[in-house]
Amino acid sequence: MCIGVPMKIEQRKDDTGLVTAGGIESRVSLALVPEAQVGDYVIVHAGFAIQTIDQSEAEETYRLLEELARAAEEEEQESS
Amino acid sequence: LKYVDEFRKQAPAMALAERIRRLGEELGQVRLMEVCGTHTMSIFRNGIRGMLPSNIRLLSGPGCPVCVTPTGTIDLAIALARRPEVVVATFGDMMRVPGSDSSLERERAAGADVRVIYSPLDAVRFAADQPERKVVLLSVGFETTTPGMAASLLQAEAQAVPNFYLLCAHKLIPPAMLALTGGAEGVRLDGFLCPAHVCTVIGSEALRPVATERGIPCVVAGFEPLDILRGIEGLVAQVAEDRAEVENVYRRAVRPEGNPVAIATSDRVFETADTEWRGLGIIPGSGLAIREEYRHRDITHAFPLELAPGRDHPGCACGEVLAGRIEPPECGLFGKTCTPQNPIGPCMVSSEGTCSAHYKYGELDE
Repeated sequence: MCIGVPMKIEQRKDDTGLVTAGGIESRVSLALVPEAQVGDYVIVHAGFAIQTIDQSEAEETYRLLEELARAAEEEEQESS
Repeated sequence: LKYVDEFRKQAPAMALAERIRRLGEELGQVRLMEVCGTHTMSIFRNGIRGMLPSNIRLLSGPGCPVCVTPTGTIDLAIALARRPEVVVATFGDMMRVPGSDSSLERERAAGADVRVIYSPLDAVRFAADQPERKVVLLSVGFETTTPGMAASLLQAEAQAVPNFYLLCAHKLIPPAMLALTGGAEGVRLDGFLCPAHVCTVIGSEALRPVATERGIPCVVAGFEPLDILRGIEGLVAQVAEDRAEVENVYRRAVRPEGNPVAIATSDRVFETADTEWRGLGIIPGSGLAIREEYRHRDITHAFPLELAPGRDHPGCACGEVLAGRIEPPECGLFGKTCTPQNPIGPCMVSSEGTCSAHYKYGELDE
């Protein structure tokens, strides 16, 4: 079962990291994400961080979604 | 951004549902399959089936690692657990899966040393702490889990912990997608909602053969409701425009090349092999075996056991459900003798199994 929620790296010592999300704290291996630093968000699966979240891509997706919602709202106002 | 609430908002969800409706208006029946148990659960929990027009159908495929593990593998784990010198270490979701005549949970109740782990590294620690025992890690899962298993084996090597073994039963998703949709008996699909975290490891490019060889649109999507709706929108758009490409709408976590460190770690330890899937039979190149160099860590090599072939409950239709041939309510046992409290097949046992999802959320959605 995948945990969908990205976790934030609070501490990193060699290949071990302390990560948190929504008040949950967990010790995971960071061996598979050598580039990840404290403050980064990572995808965690079965005790290992498997990927680092790309913040600029996340923001781009978020902006696109907000734009979609705004366009739909405007369309609704025009038709009513 | 915290990367959670931003992708659960209602206004963009409604806008996406409307776009999907418009894109699908002129189309006949569109059959889309998700191949990830976490997608299945998120789709049901968020009522996504109910947001779609009636001609756009979502099917659940072989996306739950527990569910696709054949009975023979469970029987092997049980036979090992019964040996007094063996400790079986497993993720919790394997505990209740029925083998031919028992389960790991029942064996533990009867005195076997079966331990639930959160990380495969826990099992290496058990082995280091108890050198007189043989610790067997049930190495089950898709490409998401494989690198961590490989890293654990390499750690046991580095720390010279000799009594740590794997029962290797991994499965690979792209070969299963190809097998499921190939040949005369193949399931007819119009698109794959591709597994989010498998793709964080293997990369979106690994799905290209599905799009090119099968002509089936592939969209990689995350697990939040807006991610899934964007994935469905992308698939319906490809169907409407008669395209079959690999698209990635989960770019915050999935790169075209995946995670090269994770892939390399896995490749050091494992090589591809044929393997049996529940419901799909033996699929060439869809599994992993431990490489020759590390074969002393393979419990089936270190400790060969001859077992009778696994026996499934005669009425259980998990195989048909996993292949997308039927939906759970079409199974004669569903909701009658097979429930989450008293599961008969693995798709009802696992919290992310298709039958369990239907049982918990189905009536709300349909």
